[in-house]
Amino acid sequence: MTTVKKLWIGIGILALLSPLGLIIPALFDASGAWGEWGLDKIKKLIGYIPEGMQKLAELWKSPMHAYTVPGQKPGLAHESLVYILTAVIGIAITAGLAYVIAKLLGRKNKGN
Amino acid sequence: MHIPDGYLGPATYGTMFGVTLPFWAFASWKLSKTLKARQAPYLALGAAFSFVIMMFNIPVLGGTTGHATGTTLIAIILGPWAAIISVSVALIIQALLFGDGGITAIGANCFNMAVVGGLVGYGIYRLIATGSDAKSKRRLFAGGIAAYVSLNASALLAAVQLGIQPLIEKSSTGQPLYSPFPLSIAIPAMALEHVLLFGFVEAAVTALVLKYFQKNEPEMLG
Repeated sequence: MTTVKKLWIGIGILALLSPLGLIIPALFDASGAWGEWGLDKIKKLIGYIPEGMQKLAELWKSPMHAYTVPGQKPGLAHESLVYILTAVIGIAITAGLAYVIAKLLGRKNKGN
Repeated sequence: MHIPDGYLGPATYGTMFGVTLPFWAFASWKLSKTLKARQAPYLALGAAFSFVIMMFNIPVLGGTTGHATGTTLIAIILGPWAAIISVSVALIIQALLFGDGGITAIGANCFNMAVVGGLVGYGIYRLIATGSDAKSKRRLFAGGIAAYVSLNASALLAAVQLGIQPLIEKSSTGQPLYSPFPLSIAIPAMALEHVLLFGFVEAAVTALVLKYFQKNEPEMLG
């Protein structure tokens, strides 16, 4: 098997294991990274929502916000499946874009 | 440390786009001179690895989480310029499709995690590993230390960018307009969890994958 194929299997295993990044924090009741809170949590933390933050925070509506899909059912089991799905989608798009950029950048260099 | 939209004011996020752009340009120029088209699959793999490893959130005392970035590992195997491009691609896709990191903060997040992460990680690795055999223990040690310092440098930068907001972005009544936490809170909060836990996670991931390469793909370690 080629090196590239073997490494892709490794990435695939990571995608399948990715729900650990959801389940383990849930076990410890950890909600998210420091300084990445949503507006509700900010209001709870400091009692108000800073004016500029309010304006900028909802500037962009991402289609799969926080690795969820619209209409997703609640529960850790379903969340885990969607987490794997979004991992696969994210990996495919990220790898595809990096591949195209690398092909374009390297197009003039011949040989090994 | 994916800074969301609304935490950095325009002066900061604008500056960070301005600072990051030349690094993207230089990295692209560098790759256009050195990268072979057949190496494209490895850049794709690097970007994919960075994307997925950042999904492994790890809880830390105090109810927050953090994660490794894979930047140092990619910089060691593919070089710092390829790492800057591939980790930036992962961060941009995370921001656009998954709202992980703000779109206004793409410059800042790419500077912290891809540019500084890649250059610091690569620099320290070279400093410790130069002259050692590709299969030596010293390479693993070098990768681990480099990854630890690199992630902490990224986290510290993010903390400073967040922490200066209450100083520079205030309403007429003195209320913070963006991230409300001063440097005296942001730096200890971010630095401590990365010094005590996430830095070691990044080091372990880096050393483990390097060990795999030493055993199975030593020719890729130069």
